[in-house]
This record gives sequence, structure tokens and C-alpha cells, in this order.
Amino acid sequence: MAELTLDAKVENLDRVLELVNQVLEDANCSFRAQMQVDVAVEEMYVNIAHYAYPSGAGQATVRIEVLPDAVEISLIDSGLPFDPLKKVDPDVTLSAEQRQIGGLGIYMAKKNMDEIEYRYQDGKNILVMRKKV
Amino acid sequence: MLNIVTKQDGSALTFELEGRLDTTTAPQLEAEVKSALTGVSDLTVDMGKLEYISSAGLRVLLSTQKAMNRQGSMRVIHANETVMEIFEVTGFTDILTIE
Repeated sequence: MAELTLDAKVENLDRVLELVNQVLEDANCSFRAQMQVDVAVEEMYVNIAHYAYPSGAGQATVRIEVLPDAVEISLIDSGLPFDPLKKVDPDVTLSAEQRQIGGLGIYMAKKNMDEIEYRYQDGKNILVMRKKV
Repeated sequence: MLNIVTKQDGSALTFELEGRLDTTTAPQLEAEVKSALTGVSDLTVDMGKLEYISSAGLRVLLSTQKAMNRQGSMRVIHANETVMEIFEVTGFTDILTIE
């Protein structure tokens, strides 16, 4: 298991992905699966960085664990309670002109992982994402 | 890391993208688009060396497509399998002209 706690800032995205990719590479995860996990981690982490702490700085913890047939990534923050799974999926059939800029990130995370669970516990948002490898 | 090579031939412009188009690097492409798109009627985005794209990258592609809808045409070429899957899941296969 690997874990990293850092300031929940977009500038730290590279450090988050570096840790995740290191673990996935050590686990001989395919390039395709690695990129799919990256998308999910990026979208969910950036969401925390943008919205969890409206009044200023806060921290986020990233934990990654290799299970016998899957990888499990947890993202934990102490910011505003927010269940990303409750967000309505965007309409992906609209034309370019009708599309809103944004709103795709959480949807992409859901599509790229096999399971995502959310809970709010002890003042923390806990998001657990699993992908079979 | 994102590397952008811009090639211009009259009103035809090509962006060759190499690396990752993500939250960190998307502003780089956005700035390049903003500075290079004037007078361009034929835009090609070559993704032959692009490994990865996230929603931040899709946002730039969408706004670029919208700009090109007004002044000409845009096509995306050489997208790899991983990038194509992202285009398919998000309906971008219908928004972009992918060859």
C-alpha cells in the first residue's frame, strides 16, 4: 500500500499521478488500464482541489492498494461534504454548440473504473475506486 | 508533460501533440490555440504521440472545435486506442472529425 497526504492543490496533481503510476507499474498493470486509472484519479482529485475547500487550503490523502485482482484507490479530504456519484451524468449526445464546457470529469471517472463508492465519515469525504486488472 | 509542434502552411495549421493533455498541460494548448488560430481555415490536430487525455484536454478540443466551426474546419488524426476510448465514452466521436 502507498499513501500520500498533500495540499489539495491542482499543482500537486503530478505528484498524485506519479505515486499512482509507480504502484501500477510495479503491479505490471497494462498501459491502457494505467491510463484509465489516471483519468479517474485526475478527475476526482482535481475536483477536490477545485471545490472541497472554498475558504482556502486543505489537505487530501491518496491511498493506493493492489488487491489480488484489482487496484483500489482512495481519495480522502476534510472539505465540504460532496458525493460525486450523485451528480447527474452529462448528455454526451449533444452537438459541439450545445455542449457545456465542463461537467465531463466525474462521468469519465465512473466510466473508467469498475466500482466507485462514496461515504462521508468523521467529517471526511472518502471516495474508493476499484479497477480490475 | 506536453510538447506542441505547430506547423503552418498558409491558412492550414497543424498541431502535433506529444505527451499528456491533462489539467496541468491543457492551458498550454489553449494558449497556443489562442495565439495561432487567426486566419486559419484548415486545422489538423495530430495526436500520434499523445498518450493521454482527460476532461481538461477535451474542454480545449471542444472550444477549439467551436472556434473552427465559425472559421473553417478541424480534424483530429492518429489518435491512439486509449484516447479513442475516451472520445467514444464522452461522445466526442460525434463532435470531432476523427480520421
